[in-house]
Amino acid sequence: MRTKLESALPYSLLAPTLIFVTLLIVVPIFQAFLLAFQAPDGSFTLEYFQKMANDTSFRDSLKFTFLLLLFIVPAQAVLALVMALLIHTRFRGHTIFLYIFAIPLGISDLAAGIAWLSIFTERGYLNSILSQLGILETPFLFLSYQNLPAVFGTIVVAESWRATAIVMTILLAGLQVIPRDYFEAADVFGANTLKRTLYVVLPLLRPSLQAALIIRTIFAFQTFSVVLVLAGRVIPVLAGESYTWYVTNRNPNIAAAYAVLVLIFTVAATWFYLKFLQTSTAEAGYD
Amino acid sequence: MAGIRFQSIRKVFGKTIAANDVSLEIEDGEFMVLLGPSGCGKTTLLRCLAGLEHVDAGRVFIGDRDVTDLAPRDRKIAMVFQSYAVFPHLTVFDNIAFGLKMQGRSREDVKRRVERGAELLQLSDYLARYPAQLSGGQRQRVAVARAIVMQAAVLLMDEPLSNLDALLRLQMRAELKRLHSEIKATTIYVTHDQVEALSLGDRIAVMQNGRIVQCDAPMNIYDYPANTFVGGFIGSPPMNFLKGVVQTNGAGTSVNVGESHIVPSAMVAPALAAKTGQPILLGMRPENLALTPTQLPNTLRAHVLVVEPLGSHKLLTMQVGAEFAKVSVPPDQRVEPEDDVWLHFDADKIRWMDAANGEAIR
Amino acid sequence: MRSSHSRRYISSRVLLYGSAIVLALWTLVPLYLVALAAFSTKQATFQWPKPLLPTDFSTETMEFFVNTRGVLGSVGNSVIVALLTIVASLVIGAPGGYALARFRFRGKDTVSLGLLISKMFPTAILSIPLAVAFIQLDLYDTIWGVALIHTAMALPFVVIITSGIFVGVPRDLEEAAQTLGCNRVQAFLRVVMPLALPGLAAAAIFTFVISWNEVFAATILTLRNRTLPAQVLSSLNDSPLYYRYAGGFFMIVPALIFIFLIRKYLLNLWGGVSK
Repeated sequence: MRTKLESALPYSLLAPTLIFVTLLIVVPIFQAFLLAFQAPDGSFTLEYFQKMANDTSFRDSLKFTFLLLLFIVPAQAVLALVMALLIHTRFRGHTIFLYIFAIPLGISDLAAGIAWLSIFTERGYLNSILSQLGILETPFLFLSYQNLPAVFGTIVVAESWRATAIVMTILLAGLQVIPRDYFEAADVFGANTLKRTLYVVLPLLRPSLQAALIIRTIFAFQTFSVVLVLAGRVIPVLAGESYTWYVTNRNPNIAAAYAVLVLIFTVAATWFYLKFLQTSTAEAGYD
Repeated sequence: MAGIRFQSIRKVFGKTIAANDVSLEIEDGEFMVLLGPSGCGKTTLLRCLAGLEHVDAGRVFIGDRDVTDLAPRDRKIAMVFQSYAVFPHLTVFDNIAFGLKMQGRSREDVKRRVERGAELLQLSDYLARYPAQLSGGQRQRVAVARAIVMQAAVLLMDEPLSNLDALLRLQMRAELKRLHSEIKATTIYVTHDQVEALSLGDRIAVMQNGRIVQCDAPMNIYDYPANTFVGGFIGSPPMNFLKGVVQTNGAGTSVNVGESHIVPSAMVAPALAAKTGQPILLGMRPENLALTPTQLPNTLRAHVLVVEPLGSHKLLTMQVGAEFAKVSVPPDQRVEPEDDVWLHFDADKIRWMDAANGEAIR
Repeated sequence: MRSSHSRRYISSRVLLYGSAIVLALWTLVPLYLVALAAFSTKQATFQWPKPLLPTDFSTETMEFFVNTRGVLGSVGNSVIVALLTIVASLVIGAPGGYALARFRFRGKDTVSLGLLISKMFPTAILSIPLAVAFIQLDLYDTIWGVALIHTAMALPFVVIITSGIFVGVPRDLEEAAQTLGCNRVQAFLRVVMPLALPGLAAAAIFTFVISWNEVFAATILTLRNRTLPAQVLSSLNDSPLYYRYAGGFFMIVPALIFIFLIRKYLLNLWGGVSK
């Protein structure tokens, strides 16, 4: 009977993908762990992690990575939610606005960093506007190492600008799956827009919110180019340190140690979100 | 044209047995309807015939060829899908021509056959259109045309009318019957609509839980259902079943229903006598019950609950003892809710069923 | 719901359009400004206060950028790497997407989950060991090496997106084609492919964007054969400001075009959020 051949078909269709992913994703991850934990003689060692921890920039890179997370993720969540809700009302011309809001999806973090560089740099556009408005006389040094909070602020702004589109598309996709009936029922039973959003939309949007937050947080741990463009090494971040240790200091082991650290945080954050934003199975029965 | 034979077909999906050792023979040129509720296995059987599912056990024969291990394209069948499966990216002409082109026929041959098929299904004006520009009913015709131009040995139809609205369904039913009389292909037709089955089938195979419970000409199934399931499934409204107990004494065999008793016809009395003392079901079609003003032999007391005037007849919902029955009476019958009447049971029309297993007692 | 004459309605509409416009400006202004910066003279880069309107339109900066050694080459490399990535990830990934869409088989959920997880691994943790490995395999500093890792990054997306696309083509159509004389391959080519093509094109464009924009791995894995982002990043500290502006603009323009092209599919990019 041809059943044997037929039942092997899905596996053979998936095989190339699985092989490729194994070779180029799974294997390197193991190798990264080896690089981070294996001494030249083959034994297990924490030497690289110790060197990493003792490095002067380590504490700062930890601090700034988490601070960035803390500022960016909530800001983006709110911004993206507003954008998604706006588009979802399907007002006239909403498709144009959707396209505009989505443009940053195609922009790399490097390019985004440069765009905001032109704004925040000493002789940049922001200072120009502020001086023309009479608010400033001499340019404000947003990007100076003497002004860490300002530099940090510029990174938050630039990253929020760039990555909000990602969160927005996830939320919008989730919004569109909610049957219109629920919105209408809320209206009929007296909820104004704000109440409806808080008590009906947000709860129903929880799976999408969860997915969006997970994805955004994972990327936030990897923030890299924007920081380099705007702040150089004035504001160290984990991914940036990994890069520097590999490229400048030619030390793949410590670079790998940083990478492993990022992975650990990523996994922990995902677990955290999954646990605390869980939709109970009873609720999820609506789909 | 060819006959079809299913031999002990068994098909399992996970834990569900969709087809449970099913055997069926269909004659050349016959219009066979597979009828049953959803999940009964009728579509599974059809798809096994088409080659879209592999059987777990058993053989399938088309004509005298064993096709069990053949791909659909090698079985020389044509099929109309429930969703029509009309290709959205091709015109009506190209849709109908699809199978013919796959056979490598010449352009003229294809053109001729497509135009003939389109004419049969009244699609001649739509050949250049795309499916998105057609109504649901038209798309369904395209699906049928595409199948019949293949002039295959066997024509399969999987609930082709179920997505049409009521009026269209009525029209298409008649058209399909006319088509079959013209092209005379061996046809297997799957449906859950018993009206379609009664109208179209030369024979109906009623299925339940993966088995064929009765296979016979429509009127035989209607008049002599094999069990309570068939009796309740065929006919609208369905057959009434009242509970009774068989009693045999010197006067003969009778059935106690509530406080009255019903005397069965002489033909079936011996079989009933064998079940003395056991519970039994009395099956009666609504149109075979009649209201009488006085108590006659074989009548039961009944209380009218609801009267539905349906134009061609009145449908009454009655309470008989602790049970309910539907009765169909002429439209001018005088009857009101809350009336108390006598319900007459014509002994020849009663279908007796064993209360334990639901099987008919003959 | 609301009478179109009520004040509440009008004010809520104003709020709606107002917020939309503000957010749109928020998105567009930085792009406009960096374009402005890229199309000014070298001198204008250091001018202050800067004009907000293109009064001094000049291609001087762009010309400088394009003529800098290595830039055009890096643009070419970026294009080649992106194209290689598209071909590889579609050829490898689309069959997988088809398998996920059409078949039920043991381990299917594990595979889906695995792919979702592999989307989330930090680029750093992949590229550093790969850089080490590539040196030994002679793949270091080649566009092939970069294309390989880009394909690996794109594959999970491609499999999930194409699986969604194939699910959108009803299985009935394939079965109908099979009853009309097609074998599986013919049914796929004649019926599924034409209908899946727009979605596949969108997947291809999305893959292009991923590859075009990728910075970390490209920089680590190349030295002389850089892609555009790698080129710009590695010269960040040494390059004049106007060079950076031009580089940024160069990287942004394709984004505008691509996102426009795939705007219909934007909501399906992340796969399994709402099944």
